[in-house]
Parts: sequence; C-alpha cells; structure tokens
Amino acid sequence: MKQFIAVLHARNLEFLRDRAALSWNLILPLLLVLGFAVLFSDENRAVYKVGYVGELTQYEQLDFFTTKYLEFVRFDSRDKAIAKVDSHRVDLVINLNPTPVYWINSTSPKGYIVEKMLWGSEGQGKFTRQEVHGEEIRYVDWIVPGILGLNIMFSCLFGVGYVIVRYRKSGFLKRLKATPLTPIKFLLAQMISRLILIQAITVIVYTGCDFFLDFQMKGSYVNLFLLSTLGSISMIALGLLVAARMKSEEFAGGILNMITWPMMILSGVWFSLEGTPELIQLFAQTMPLTHMVNGARAIMTEGAGLFDIAREFTILGIMSVVFLFIGASIFRWE
Amino acid sequence: METLLEVKNLIKHFGSVEAVNGISFKIPRGRCLGLLGPNGAGKTTTIEIMEGITEASSGEIFYKGKPQDASFRQEAGIQFQATSLQEFLTVKETLNMFHQLYQQSKTIDELIEMCALEDILDRDTRQLSGGQRQRLLLALALVNDPEIVFLDEPTTGLDPQSRRNFWNLIDGIKERGKTIVLTTHYMDEAYTLCDEILIVDKGKIIAEGTPRDLLEKHFNESIVRLPTDVTENMESQADLAITNKNGWSEIRTDDVEKTIRQLQKQNVSLARMEIRKWNLEDLFIELTGKDLRN
Repeated sequence: MKQFIAVLHARNLEFLRDRAALSWNLILPLLLVLGFAVLFSDENRAVYKVGYVGELTQYEQLDFFTTKYLEFVRFDSRDKAIAKVDSHRVDLVINLNPTPVYWINSTSPKGYIVEKMLWGSEGQGKFTRQEVHGEEIRYVDWIVPGILGLNIMFSCLFGVGYVIVRYRKSGFLKRLKATPLTPIKFLLAQMISRLILIQAITVIVYTGCDFFLDFQMKGSYVNLFLLSTLGSISMIALGLLVAARMKSEEFAGGILNMITWPMMILSGVWFSLEGTPELIQLFAQTMPLTHMVNGARAIMTEGAGLFDIAREFTILGIMSVVFLFIGASIFRWE
Repeated sequence: METLLEVKNLIKHFGSVEAVNGISFKIPRGRCLGLLGPNGAGKTTTIEIMEGITEASSGEIFYKGKPQDASFRQEAGIQFQATSLQEFLTVKETLNMFHQLYQQSKTIDELIEMCALEDILDRDTRQLSGGQRQRLLLALALVNDPEIVFLDEPTTGLDPQSRRNFWNLIDGIKERGKTIVLTTHYMDEAYTLCDEILIVDKGKIIAEGTPRDLLEKHFNESIVRLPTDVTENMESQADLAITNKNGWSEIRTDDVEKTIRQLQKQNVSLARMEIRKWNLEDLFIELTGKDLRN
C-alpha cells in the first residue's frame, strides 16, 4: 500500500505543480462553455425540426413531409419524441398510429409556426392536437455536459496515455522497473491520481460555469458525479491501453488524436446525432464519450435517474473493464 | 571469500547481433568489480541482465548461491547510465518516493549525509548540475541499503572535480562492505576504484584480474616518450622500438637506464622526456587494437 501511495502522491505533485497544464485543464472548458453561451445566446436555426414515430413509409403520403426547410427526425419511442418537444429540441412530433396526433410545446414560437405549416398542408382537423409545456433547454444547457465530457476525455487520454509514454521514453519507467514496484500498483496509482484530479477539476469548472450561466440541472448531482467518475475511468483505461507498449511520443500523440477527434465530432457534444446516417450513429455507440455525454445530458436536462441511464452505466462499465484488462495485460515497463 | 553473485555462460542476441557471447564470472562479497570496454562491447547489456532489467537469451545468474528471483530487487541498488526522474519534484520528495518502494531502507537522513545532498534537498530535480544529479541517482541506488550496487558509467560527462568527489562517495560505499559492479570508460576510475576488472570486447571477456595483476601479466616494460621533432634526427633507431603517435615518439623498454644512455649517445635532447608505466588504456589497446572511448 505504501508503494501505491508514494507513486500516487508523486504523480499528484507533478500534475499540480505543472502550472501550465493545470491552468489549461481549468481554463479551456470554461472558455468553451462561455464562448458557446455567447455565440448561441440568440440561436436562430434556419431549419425547423419535426419528429415522427415509426417508419417513414407511413408518412410519405403526407404533403407536409415534402415541405422545404423542415428536417424530419425519426423516433422509435413516442415518449422519447414527446420529451424532445417538451425540452424544445424538436419543434413538433407526429404520430399516425393508432390515430393521427401531433404534439407541440405551447411555449415554443417555432412550434407555433410548424403547426401552421402542418395545417396548411394537411388541414386543421385531420390530427388531434396535444400540448406539452416544458421549459426550453438553451443550447448552453444542452452543450455543458458535452464540454465537460470533452474536457474529461482530453485530460484522461493525454494525461495518462501520453504521460506514460513520456515516462517510458525518458527511462523513468525503466528506473521503476528496477524497484520492487509492480506494474499493477504503478498503473493503479496513475489511474487514481488522474481520477481524483479530473473529478476535482470537473467540479470546479461546473461550479464556475454555473455561477455565470445558471444552467439547468433537473437530476441528482450524486448521479452526475457517479456517471462522470465511471466515464473518467473508461477514458483513463483507454489511455492506459494506448500507452501500454508505445515508446514514441509522436506516435502516441498521433494515435490519441486519431481516437479523440472522432469522439470530439461524433459523440454528440456539439450537435444531436438524431437524424444523422445510421452508420454514424452506430459508430458513435463504440465511443465512451457518447455514453458519458448522453447520460450526463439526460440527468441534467431531463432529470433522469440511475435506472433511466442504466444502459450508459453498463456500457461504460464494460468498456472500462475491457480496456483495463487488455491494457494491464500487455503493459511493459520498457 | 563468499561469492555473492555468479554469472554462468550468459548469452544475449538482439536479432542477428550477439551482444553478449558466453560470459561467465563470479563476484565475491564486498568487492568492487569493474567492467571495461568500448561502446558496444556488451558491458551495459551484461550489467542489465545481472540487474534483472533485460532478459538473457540463455545462461544463468545465481545470487547468494540460488537462481536470481524477484526478491533480488529488494537487495539490489541500481544506477543506470541515463535515468529521467519524475518532473516537478524536489530532491527530498524524490528520495521519499523511492524510499517508500522498498521493505527495507536506509533513513533519508543517512542517505542525505552519505551522498552529500544537504545543500540541494529543496531543489527541483530538473535544476541539478551533472554532479548533483549523479549524487542523487546514487542515493536512489542506495535507498534500500542494498547488498550489491550496480553503477553503469556513473561519472560519464562529469568534470574532473565532480568525478573525484563521486569516487570518494564510492569509496565510502566500499568501506561499508557493499559489493559493487561498475562499468566505466575511464581507466583511472577503474584503477582507483576496482578490486577486479573484466575487459569486455565483442561480447566476450578478453582479460580479467586485479588492475595490477593485469598490467604485470601483460607488460613488464616502461614507455619513454619524446617529442617527434627531437627523435627524427637520430642517426640510428635500429635497436629502439619506436612508434610515432600524435607528435610523440614512444619507446617501449624493459631497461630505462640503458635506453636513456642510447639516446644520450645519439645527442638526443632529453629536456622534454617523459617516462611512464603502462596503464589500463595501453593494455586495452594492446588487447583489442581499439581506443576505449571508440
């Protein structure tokens, strides 16, 4: 145990004293959130979003579905689609079976316009009107979980993966190999050190952003913390896997970029993946960031409980175990 | 004297390159063994196999009469040729960290005193001079109060004064009865510190013994040196074994007085004459035809 604590303590000191890296870990997400809050404070999307439940073929007979400047998004579940209208992420939802019905948010100006378009195309009495009254989710409310997740991803992958490769290249790991320290103790110390620090940083950044922007938090802080902890573990484990044998910092940097860039773009951090090609949505499911962001967003904007995000927890847990097992199995000091 | 470590028929291949080619030797407890050789001779590979860092292709290593196992790391102190330490830590924090990695250890205060670290305890390890850094690395090698200490070219790159200071530290370790394995490029270092020497070339031991025995075995001659400009006008060099090198003429002789008389007879100026005994560097060149630092 004293070996583990010694390595953990040394790594914590190294991180906290590297002022440049520490500042970057704190300032970057803060700037991103504030920047997006300013940029999208007066969001004015040109395209209206209409959700439909079930297969598209059922709806093709409707003239409404040929209207220009409408984006149609498919939902498997009626409740999910209604939740989107409730939070203003979709302007109107249509369901044909068993009877034609649509939902709009009574507080949404865009919902009002789309409703007029529907009446213009199909006639006013053809559908039953249903109203929801949920508060609008601002873009900043929607994007905060993504940016916090993104910061966790970069910090864990580069802070663990890249650092271990640097240790190996510089010969520090070789020096540790000459001691009785076992690889598993060393890896656990690196993991716990990064986990403690990134969670502390995430709490600070969250609190700081919330102070300025007062964003929505409908769920439990404990659940959010548990999810971000598991998400961080999965990212650290992925970092360990990348760093298990690599000796070149340049190559490791390339591999880490190859992993982080697709996650940054396709994990639903900046835009919803609903309506994107199925292949992209399938690909996004292979990325831990997708599940972390989806879970965090569900907690923060929909008030989801642990049961509601059990799928995200399970996938992140499986990814963590698999990455860790493979990473620890193939790890070499040199 | 009890054998602490025994190496038997060690072989190590890196692809088609044979870095170590059937080396065997014994290290008695409390002795300082020097491994000498030019770059690429196989001495670092040999020492790293002994340390348990590199795996041998074949061969055996016995520690205290038993095959070396994982517990060896608790009793061995190691200073690599080049080591990077954790960044942003002070000397004292680095010592503390390594101190915690061993079951048995010297106190931090003892290490500080033994390696003269008092003045640099609060300094960031990245800001140490070459000599200070080597002293810290030596302290890390001694942190577990080891039975055997491996020092791989510990003074390479140090200025002459730092090298002398480092020698004093190693003398201190020897006085405490520790067994030392040292690799070095420096012949004076090997001559001063080592009780026994192995000269290694192309992965094989080509000579072994105490420094004095090695020289006596191979040379009973002295060298008389004169600048080339005073010897080139000599009428006859027939009975003098002269070799010219870097502006100096060297005459190998087993009778210095007779050689001087011969030189005087030919009116050679002896004002800049030097007489010296053979040293280990001469021995190495004699044995391998190479300069040690090549």
